Amino acid sequence: MKPNKFWAWLVFALGAAYFLVPLLATFIFSLRMRRNELSFDAYVSVFSDPRFYGTFGYSLAIGAVTIVVGVLVVVPAVYFVRLRMPWLRPVMEFVTLLPLIIPALVLVYGYIRLYNSSSIIPFTSSAFGTDILLTGAYVTLALPYMYRAVDNGMRTIDIGTLTEAAQIAGANQLQIIGQIILPNILVAILSGAFLTFAIVIGEFTIASLLNRPAFGPYLVGIGTNKAYEPAALAIISFIITWGAMGMINVLGRFAPRTSARTD
Amino acid sequence: MAAFLEVNNLTKTFGTTTVVKSVNFAFDKGEFISLLGPSGCGKTTILRMIAGFEHPTSGSIKVDGQDITGLKPNQRQLGMVFQAYALFPNLNVGDNIGFGLKIAGMPAEQRRARVDEMLKLIGLPGFEKRYPYEMSGGQQQRVALARAIAPRPRMLLLDEPLSALDAKIRVSLREEIRAIQLELGITTVFVTHDQEEALSISDRIVVMNNGNIEQLGAPHEIYNKPATRFVATFVGHLNTIEATVLDAAARTVAIDGQTVTVSALPASAASAAPISLTLRPEVLAVGPRDGNDITLTGTISDVTFLGSVIRLRVALGRNIISLDTFNDQRTAPPARNEPITISLASKDLLVL
Repeated sequence: MKPNKFWAWLVFALGAAYFLVPLLATFIFSLRMRRNELSFDAYVSVFSDPRFYGTFGYSLAIGAVTIVVGVLVVVPAVYFVRLRMPWLRPVMEFVTLLPLIIPALVLVYGYIRLYNSSSIIPFTSSAFGTDILLTGAYVTLALPYMYRAVDNGMRTIDIGTLTEAAQIAGANQLQIIGQIILPNILVAILSGAFLTFAIVIGEFTIASLLNRPAFGPYLVGIGTNKAYEPAALAIISFIITWGAMGMINVLGRFAPRTSARTD
Repeated sequence: MAAFLEVNNLTKTFGTTTVVKSVNFAFDKGEFISLLGPSGCGKTTILRMIAGFEHPTSGSIKVDGQDITGLKPNQRQLGMVFQAYALFPNLNVGDNIGFGLKIAGMPAEQRRARVDEMLKLIGLPGFEKRYPYEMSGGQQQRVALARAIAPRPRMLLLDEPLSALDAKIRVSLREEIRAIQLELGITTVFVTHDQEEALSISDRIVVMNNGNIEQLGAPHEIYNKPATRFVATFVGHLNTIEATVLDAAARTVAIDGQTVTVSALPASAASAAPISLTLRPEVLAVGPRDGNDITLTGTISDVTFLGSVIRLRVALGRNIISLDTFNDQRTAPPARNEPITISLASKDLLVL
């Protein structure tokens, strides 16, 4: 069995190197702002830039609203499709995959065409309207991830029987979703939320074309003007993204446990 | 007295299949009713229509004089226990039991008292802080029962509540369910495919097959006087004997060459025609017995020792019948291939 293990480790090491070497190189480069010595100067420079906080805060807020809207759209949709219209699931699967296939550029051009300042619904004529548009776009972008996270969460509990048990106890649909379904898929929802957050924080195309002060366009702007700060920013956004992914793993341990014991 | 649960011409069709065919029954308050039948016979569909999870294609359901056919499940004031327990995984035992009370708007203090009362009733006092995954299947199902009866429903519905449990727990829990049902006097509809379960705890049983009621009656009536061949074979063990009519007028038949006089023959029976007779294994006796007017001889083809009971297989010729006899600790059980004389009462021979 030993040779097998050797090859397995080799493949693993090569794969790990493919991801880690560029990251490590970026990290080392980000420390070389000061000539001939390693320092965190690039990070200090990033953190002392007020635009960093402005854009990061803006993206954070948009991310939070995106998550709330995403949950309000996806949870009832998945619940009713699983419960009442299971035949619609393939359609749902297809529709929620579309944002992965259609480029963000197409989406945003469509938005601008439909909602420009001379259209019937002129979302782009005000900053707030454009924020709404941006949130809508992010909900769409995050749909494949949010849908799958919620769908997986609902797969682990018997929503049909739990719904009936709550119904016969006198609960209405709102009480069932709010008090039974949501708490039981909370961990799945949070997984979807962190994935959504990771997408929103780094997104460039839509935010840039809608001309909103988001973190993505800021990252790109810094990249074109400075040398070391972009490397530091890349490492920072990696840490944020990985932090979000790590949270998904941690939360998995708190998923509700069911037990079909026969004793 | 008017019936408490009344089902009139209840029919349910899924696509082109009619799973419940114009079913009628009426039961009194406080009765324990079992819907018994093989899978696909329509028993669960009837229960789900009573609960409101399925809408009848036609017909009506009345509880305590009120027509509930058009009501939503949460308006029917019924309690239900499911096969898969269906406890809410995010709530502890106390909150599970108190769920219906909370929905009904009962103040927290009263709710707690009612939950404590329920926990005592199901023999799990002090379990309110536990979560369902920390409990055994039997305990979970008892909590589900407490959750169902806590809001004082008009009726209790049990959808194969014992099927997911081990044999031993199944027996003890069914006795517990019956004891609680008698204590509360709550009208209960119990769905099962297990005839022993139905016979042991019901006041009355509805035996179903292919969407129709085959027979409705008390357990002893169902067992002792099966109305149809289906009921006779589905409920309990049944011997079928192939015989030939010798003289229809004299009610004599031949069983593997042995002449026997039966108590009744169908009007259609003609001399020399084949006929099927049935009888329960426990009505047969080894050797003569008071009141048994038929004697048959055969050979023991198999002996199964079941503890208190010994089941013998006796070959009469072409016919092989089962016979149950009590184990006598002072004598050795009969051996295979021994000749044997058995007796029975002609009134126990059923012609179906």
